Amino acid sequence: MIEVQDVHKSFGSLAVLKGVSLTVRKGEVVSVIGSSGSGKSTLLTCINGLEPINSGHILVDGTEVHAPATNLNLLRRRIGIVFQQFNAFPHLTVLENVTLAPRKVLGMSKSAAEEIAVKQLSHVGLSDKLSVYPSRLSGGQQQRMAIARALAMSPDYMLFDEVTSALDPQLVGEVLDALKLLADDGMTMICVTHEMAFARDVSDRVAFFHKGVVAEIAPPAAFFGAPQHPETKQFLSNIR
Amino acid sequence: MFNYTFHWYQAFRALPQMLHGALVTLEVAMLSMVLGVAFAVLLAVARMSGNRVARGLATTWVEVARNTPALFQIYMAHFGLGAFGIHLSPFTALLAGITFNNAGYLSETFRGALNAIPPTQARAARSLGMGPVRAFWSVVMPQMFRISFPPMTNQMVWAILMTSLGITVGLATDLAGVTQGLNVKTFRTFEFFAMAAVLYYLIAKTVMLSARLLAWRLFRY
Amino acid sequence: MFHTALSLSDLLFLLKGASVTVAVTVVAVLFGTALGLAFGIIKAQFGWLATVPLTFVLDVLRSVPLLIQLILANAFQSIAGLGLSPFLVACVVLSLYTSAYCAEIVRGGIEAVPAVTRRAARSLGMTWRQDMTNVTLPMALRVALPGWIGLALGVMKDSALVLWLGIIELLRSSQILVTRLQEPLFILLVVGAIYFLMSYPIARLGGRLERRWREND
Repeated sequence: MIEVQDVHKSFGSLAVLKGVSLTVRKGEVVSVIGSSGSGKSTLLTCINGLEPINSGHILVDGTEVHAPATNLNLLRRRIGIVFQQFNAFPHLTVLENVTLAPRKVLGMSKSAAEEIAVKQLSHVGLSDKLSVYPSRLSGGQQQRMAIARALAMSPDYMLFDEVTSALDPQLVGEVLDALKLLADDGMTMICVTHEMAFARDVSDRVAFFHKGVVAEIAPPAAFFGAPQHPETKQFLSNIR
Repeated sequence: MFNYTFHWYQAFRALPQMLHGALVTLEVAMLSMVLGVAFAVLLAVARMSGNRVARGLATTWVEVARNTPALFQIYMAHFGLGAFGIHLSPFTALLAGITFNNAGYLSETFRGALNAIPPTQARAARSLGMGPVRAFWSVVMPQMFRISFPPMTNQMVWAILMTSLGITVGLATDLAGVTQGLNVKTFRTFEFFAMAAVLYYLIAKTVMLSARLLAWRLFRY
Repeated sequence: MFHTALSLSDLLFLLKGASVTVAVTVVAVLFGTALGLAFGIIKAQFGWLATVPLTFVLDVLRSVPLLIQLILANAFQSIAGLGLSPFLVACVVLSLYTSAYCAEIVRGGIEAVPAVTRRAARSLGMTWRQDMTNVTLPMALRVALPGWIGLALGVMKDSALVLWLGIIELLRSSQILVTRLQEPLFILLVVGAIYFLMSYPIARLGGRLERRWREND
């Protein structure tokens, strides 16, 4: 499980996370919603150690992420993250994009890595694009490739940072479908998202991020049906 | 006006010799590029690192290479190092000088290319569990070379042209050296050097064309 | 502590060599730029096909080592009985060499001026020459200046090659001193410092101009 305990983080003088606490159990899907700039993306990059924190603790299966002794490279094999900007490696084909980390980080043989890659790519519906370069793919296809790339490492946890926000509306659905399949398979997921329908239908719990803290967290029915916190109510009424 | 008969047949007869010299020229140029690129990558990384000493040393190399003549750098390798007891042969001194020069110019090219690659590429690689060196080697560096390819091609042609400076330090085996040797023996300066000029032109053009073909094959994405 | 046989008069000897370097550079850059400007405008104006002969000649100038060009030119003028001084030969060769590179820089600068801007100028009734002098070239200059500064500095460094023709420029002066004083490393370092001081400030200025103009775009 992932435990975030009273985490504070500032960028210079700008405080972004002001005491975030959150626990995500294995197999749970937690959606994080909130206005832009509330710190949601920063939380994700802190969980996998890309960003340092100022105070507090983040524990992944008991390992303290920001302890000096922690081997972040090892930790990141267990946590997959997909960003808003797909970050496809432009000089590699789709298949090579997905097999790169398994081969170089996990030391797999080319054939073993390709077997896994083909499987993950077929799950996201890209079986016919294996030897294509990312520049020839649509945004939605690149994002699905990024998901397959992260999954090829067989992580225990998947973090999604607004993965549909950079896509044209007609491409959003295919990516959300991929996420839903993943959730149904039992993956532990934290999804920062603006897609309310997705949050309502797929999550076990929905968290509302406001001014650098988790203002409210509840299962979808309670969250959308009877929000407690005034800010949550305000936010939800603005979207309707 | 021309109180002189051109003896072109002598130049043509010397063609095999000069072609051998051309091979040595290519050898020096290619070696200087391979070594120069390797040093240039290290210099570019050093200049962008947080380590002040590394940055200072790298910047010194680059600025000296770019603000002093190539001939000076070759002289330093050949005459200057003698004060430290290091006596380089003309071939090695020429190679060292051109490599020093290549590394300086190419590191600036690489630095610009690295700045053009979004930091999110390295982030994505690190997020997959790659260490910093692996992330650089497999993800960032290939893109850096792709961006830098045209300037690298230009630098290769420069290196070929720079090898002609070898005659100032006594190199006799490259194209210019062979030509000069023939010149000293026969005093047919114009004919021999005209032939050499044609050969240099052809080599330079061939390199440019091959580079374009290579780019087309390598970078088809 | 640190002894050197290098005297003040020796230093002045070096500086005299440096002045020869500067002289050759200035002549070459002046004439080379004038020619390069003309060639560049021709290349930008008349498109690819019509300028093949010119392009070929300029290409040759950039694909044959400068040292070879100097040797060839010197051999040619002696065969033709022209009796030109080495300095003059060096200036001619360096000017042509500079013009070849300058033509590319000028062409690039002109082509960087948006066609719509030039069309706007012509639509106002300006002649081709008025458009060139008042609109296109001033805009092209901004794009071309950093590259031109780099070229000028490059010519200054390449001028060292004229020592092969016997001209006593800076590097040759240093070799003369080395023969007499037997301090190759120290004298070379002094010469390197002089080259560096001639080049670095101008290079920095060019870099700063480039950055400032890029920010304003």
